[in-house]
Amino acid sequence: MINQVVLPAQHGVSTSNSIYNKRSRISDSVLLVLIYLCASISILVLVGIMGYVFVRGIPAISLTFLTSVPSTIKGTFGIIGNIVNTLYIIVITLLIATPLGVGAAIYLNEYAKGGKIVRIIEFTTETLAGIPSIIFGLFGYVFFGITLGLGYSILTGALTLAIMVLPLITRTTQEALKTVPVSYRSGALGIGATKWYMIRTILLPSAMPGIVTGIILAIGRIVGESAALLFTAGSGYLLPKDFFGKVFESGGTLTIQLYLCMQKAKYSEAFGIAVVLLVIVLAINGLAKFLSHKFNTEVKES
Amino acid sequence: MNTNTVKISSSNLNLYYGSNHALKDVNLELYTNKITAFIGPSGCGKSTYLKTLNRMNDLVPNVKIEGEVLLDGENIYDQRVDTTLLRKKIGMVFQQPNPFPMSIYDNVAYGPRIHGIKNKSELDDIVEKSLKGAALWEEVSSRLKKSALGLSGGQQQRLCIARALAVEPEVLLMDEPTSALDPISTLKIEDLMDELKEKYTVAIVTHNMQQATRIADHTAFFLVGEIVEYAPTTELFTVPKDKRTEDYITGRFG
Amino acid sequence: MQPKTYSIFSGHGSKSGIERAAEVIFTICGFFAVLAVASISLYMLISGTPALFKVGILDILFGSTWMPTAASPSFGILYVILTSIIGTAMAILIGVPVGVMTAVFLAEVAPPKLTKIVRPAVELLAGIPSVIYGLLGILVLNPLMYKLELKIFAGSTTHQFTGGANLISAVLVLSLMILPTVINISETALRSVPQHLRSASLALGGTQIQTIFHVVIPAAKSGIVTAVVLGTGRAIGEAMAISLVSGSSVNIPLPFNSVRFLTTAIVSEMSYSSGLHKQVLFTIGLILFAFIMIINISLNNILKKGDAQHD
Repeated sequence: MINQVVLPAQHGVSTSNSIYNKRSRISDSVLLVLIYLCASISILVLVGIMGYVFVRGIPAISLTFLTSVPSTIKGTFGIIGNIVNTLYIIVITLLIATPLGVGAAIYLNEYAKGGKIVRIIEFTTETLAGIPSIIFGLFGYVFFGITLGLGYSILTGALTLAIMVLPLITRTTQEALKTVPVSYRSGALGIGATKWYMIRTILLPSAMPGIVTGIILAIGRIVGESAALLFTAGSGYLLPKDFFGKVFESGGTLTIQLYLCMQKAKYSEAFGIAVVLLVIVLAINGLAKFLSHKFNTEVKES
Repeated sequence: MNTNTVKISSSNLNLYYGSNHALKDVNLELYTNKITAFIGPSGCGKSTYLKTLNRMNDLVPNVKIEGEVLLDGENIYDQRVDTTLLRKKIGMVFQQPNPFPMSIYDNVAYGPRIHGIKNKSELDDIVEKSLKGAALWEEVSSRLKKSALGLSGGQQQRLCIARALAVEPEVLLMDEPTSALDPISTLKIEDLMDELKEKYTVAIVTHNMQQATRIADHTAFFLVGEIVEYAPTTELFTVPKDKRTEDYITGRFG
Repeated sequence: MQPKTYSIFSGHGSKSGIERAAEVIFTICGFFAVLAVASISLYMLISGTPALFKVGILDILFGSTWMPTAASPSFGILYVILTSIIGTAMAILIGVPVGVMTAVFLAEVAPPKLTKIVRPAVELLAGIPSVIYGLLGILVLNPLMYKLELKIFAGSTTHQFTGGANLISAVLVLSLMILPTVINISETALRSVPQHLRSASLALGGTQIQTIFHVVIPAAKSGIVTAVVLGTGRAIGEAMAISLVSGSSVNIPLPFNSVRFLTTAIVSEMSYSSGLHKQVLFTIGLILFAFIMIINISLNNILKKGDAQHD
């Protein structure tokens, strides 16, 4: 067979059919500029917020500021009372919400038979996550405060927040449980372990980093929460006299104190608190990142 | 006697993925209105080579390409090249049918639209012509506004061919277009390819040697990034010159 | 299972006590969310409806005079409702395009290294307490707005000067606050668009930008809609960040008016309200709750549709 090969005529750059006619598309450039513009707005705003808060807030921070309570006689301002209140609320909220949230996730992933019940629970969990904190505040005020007679107290606030962070803990735990390989479960069940034993010894330990990440994220929400606490935990700023009695007394967290400072136009104190809050948020974010990263790599390795 | 006009020719083409030398000194010519098949075991570089022809490999991070690919005498790796124009001229059909999640009509009209055709009746004509060209018009003409995702796999692949035809390419690259399809759909597309070559220059990557013998005018056998043998199809399959080609086509490896 | 007899037919009946207790406890935990949503709904209804009947549904919902502490009080919250609707809509109009474009930047345009820096920063933005946004709103936005106000209404005799605490300030704060939600969810949606769709568009001669706008964004539509809905929920429910930024009187929601949102009305008046006034505040809470439930249900429907599409 003879193949007669004909080479095409070399055509010049001017030909309209040439692939060398680089076109510039105006609409493309406009859109690209828009994308860069929006991204820079988002990024600059973030950097701006952080920078502004730190610049204005750091001068307000001193030892007195961090370790005393406001005193009209001495004319000093301090947030130690609010820090303690925040800790109280974090601990009590988590003591309530963690078992409930983890339990709910275990039920959804391990016990529920799927279908309608799971759909309803998942829908209500999503709904709960979407309810704004001011509504939680109203509910907590009426139900825990008035109906249960707890009044403005740390307990009222913590109970309210427990409901609020419940979906967060449930969801992160569910995600963590989902990543535990089926082979672990069948392995344990296959050698005759009971379900509860399997959950206790295999599932929960493997899902622990995920659960801890959820708890840390919940702490982040509690620390940043204000609207749900205004009518529930109130605004007390003194240090507790009695360790357990404090639970039934009013106690404002850092955010509440920040809000009150704002209302009274005490801006430098407000910025001081804002810096403390930002540092906490940064730390929590970093910790959650670190843990979930560690968790992910562990899962990949196994 | 065959008259072969060169449409695309690559000379000393080398491609690296990072430190992996994936294509080694590939010299190949694709002829106008002919079907050229690339065969070879998995990972031999045949798909990679196909993607260098419309510069889809540019999108892979850390890729380095050396050498020359001439399309009608113009080097497609020249700095002046507008890749969108290049890809308009050299259409591609992928291994997995990949229609856009939109209507059948919008899928076919997508290409013409991004190249600036807005006139409704003009688009209607293009859509009809392209779907006819891909032998799909009869099956879908009554449901052009329906989602393309409702089509069967074979229909989806023909829709992807129609979509490629709609921008009036000169060359059609097909990357194992039938490997995800059932035998009947495969046959339909093979029949279609025979018609397509009257208007287009076609290059097809295939895993299936029978397919190559059925449809291709020329076949190139790739092995670890090199072309072992390139010849008219009948020649390559009946009197292979290289021992390795013979081993491959007789099923001794791969 | 630990059957007391060694029969393999041991069903539920022979499970040990602990096994059964565990199952019961987990089930209760599972239903706790249902219980919580049910009680919240119930309590919102119980506390929110009395005022509706005492004042009159039409008088509350469509009355435009809000004078809760006057000698003959008037409880019309039309402007409050309108403020929430219009304020949220404006925040969405500003926040969503910026957020989606930023997501496009992160998912499609930015070099991976830059994405790695920016994405955690965006997540951080989501974690900043809302009171801090409020603080910045008061000290940065309001003075700017006041300058603008002085220029625009110079010489006006009818305009009530607000000192910059107006609808625009609140809208800007809200649009900033929904940004992280919109960016994160849209980015996830964009990234989940299969690569082969991008390849198909590029292979047809589409530019990267054409591919993004004609293929990737439409394909990520349901995710982006989800982002918008969640953003709406966040904006309409936000209270503390805008309570001081938006001003302190109930007015028609015009850009330079001092306004009250559903949320800020509750926050600022709850502490000193009593009697019917307090009950009306709960009615406002109920209306807000109704909005949120509508948003939640539509979100649920969108997600279901999205799932159906993928099947």
